[in-house]
Amino acid sequence: MSTTSTTGGRPRRITARRREALLGYLYISPWFVGFLFLTLGPMLASLYLSFTQYSMISAPVFIGFQNYVRAFTQDKLFRTSVWNTLYYVVISVPLTISISLFLALLLDQGLRATRVFRTLFFLPSITPFVASVLLWKWIFQPDFGILNYVLYLFGITGPMWLASPEWVKPSLIVIALWGTVGGSQMIIFLAGMQSIPSDLYEAAAIDGTSRRQRFRFITLPLLTPSIFFNLILAIIAAFRTFTLAYIATEGGPAYSSLFYVLYLFFNAFKFVNMGYASALAWVLFIVVLALTAIQFQASRRWVYYEAGD
Amino acid sequence: MAKGAKRTKFLAARVAVGETGQPIVYALLIGLSILFTFPFVWTVLTAFKAPYEIFMFPPKLFPSEFLWSNFVVVWQRAPFFTFLINTLIVAGLSIVGDIVTASLVAYGFARFRFPGRSILFLLVLSVLILPEEVTIIAQFMIYRWMGWLDTLKPLILPAFLGGGAFNIFLLRQFFMTIPRDLDEAAMMDGAGTFRILWQIMIPLSKPAIATVAIFSFLFHWNDFFRPLIFLNTTGKFTLSLGLRFFQTSVEQGGEPLVQLLMAASVMMTIPVIVLFFSLQRYFIEGITMSGIKR
Repeated sequence: MSTTSTTGGRPRRITARRREALLGYLYISPWFVGFLFLTLGPMLASLYLSFTQYSMISAPVFIGFQNYVRAFTQDKLFRTSVWNTLYYVVISVPLTISISLFLALLLDQGLRATRVFRTLFFLPSITPFVASVLLWKWIFQPDFGILNYVLYLFGITGPMWLASPEWVKPSLIVIALWGTVGGSQMIIFLAGMQSIPSDLYEAAAIDGTSRRQRFRFITLPLLTPSIFFNLILAIIAAFRTFTLAYIATEGGPAYSSLFYVLYLFFNAFKFVNMGYASALAWVLFIVVLALTAIQFQASRRWVYYEAGD
Repeated sequence: MAKGAKRTKFLAARVAVGETGQPIVYALLIGLSILFTFPFVWTVLTAFKAPYEIFMFPPKLFPSEFLWSNFVVVWQRAPFFTFLINTLIVAGLSIVGDIVTASLVAYGFARFRFPGRSILFLLVLSVLILPEEVTIIAQFMIYRWMGWLDTLKPLILPAFLGGGAFNIFLLRQFFMTIPRDLDEAAMMDGAGTFRILWQIMIPLSKPAIATVAIFSFLFHWNDFFRPLIFLNTTGKFTLSLGLRFFQTSVEQGGEPLVQLLMAASVMMTIPVIVLFFSLQRYFIEGITMSGIKR
């Protein structure tokens, strides 16, 4: 494109560049329009709404920080939903990452029929989530469900699972794990493992290292970029848990599965408290943004990037 | 032969378990496969049962008679045909929108130099980690103002305005691997930039485009959150939402008709599984590419 002679070609070169830039802007314009109208605009609008009281009947009334004050000082359900969500994030994220990694490791042993196993692990992750939740609801059914029957065979009286305040969160985590661990995370780990150059292992083997050492000092460090990538997305997904609880429990029993986004949804579309719901959305956004930023900072200490990768 | 020998040696050094550990790995793989598969099996078996076999203790694994009629009854108990058509409209148009728009945008990022390009591209990717909740409320009000609520339009529009951050990323990465000589040769022949995109880049990117189409289909087939917010009459529901509606509506004397619910779930899952088996390669490659970011 910039095939210009050095003498007297300067103005032409600039116009060629400008033309290129204009064309570039033109090609990305559909995204840019979408970004303005579907992302940035709505974000700013909900930021404004978060400082108002708005029930969609009359115009929004500006009330300053009251929504935020209410959330953090008065609203008990807000606290419950934060607690439930933190519980869910703290338990489910390490489990999904480590189980995915473990599955990938099993699949990376160069054994026969690995592809069949990969497929079997993968299928739950593409199953329509609503269907997954419904089928697990049936498995967890306290009286006629298969799970409690199996426990009964071992002489154990199973709990009420999704209907029990103590067991509902672990049960939901099980459903989520089934639907995610064999999915994209596992595939990314597997691809990460398979991209590690084999000479590294061979050299280490010649040096007399054990398999455990090679896993600890070659596989794991070289896998840290994949772990980091999966971790970022897993944490965000966990904070946003919604469909799972909405279908399985609607937040119950006794609010014990009222997750943050579920509570946000109820505020917006059930109580039509758009101002308050917007404030909740912005709190979530800031928390997720801050956590992601912290992780990027921290990643410098533990994520290993090969030079020139 | 030599290659096989090399592979064995390479595996020998790299794998985490030695020969002795292999049976344990197999045992784990098989055990876990059963755990992953059993819920499907149980669902399918339940879908064939008669009502009296559902609420039975101890539960029976197999139905005494396979009631294929359950799969027919589902279509009569709820307007699943409408749900299916709605879903196909949304998914079909979105696939077209995603492919066209994401190709244009990815081409812009892959082949043109302009001020702010890297920042804008970072903005594209940043949407991947943006919690949708922060935009959905205002979007709801925009669509309400436009009179688009309870229509399929809000579910289709985003595909034509950006085509999805992941799709843009995927296609851009793919376009960047296509040698620029091809563009330049075409340009010498007088082809414009759009023709280069249309006649060179896109035909050469068929695998990536297929991946975009698959993930786009999968997303819209499974999406629940956005239909739940933007749709409210049964006649407009997509399958996910319809299945949820079915869950709350299908009952007899207060008892849910589990076998019908399971039959509906099975039917909704089958197309996805068929799609996966026929196009497995694109699934895996698409995900793998998303992981080699940065």
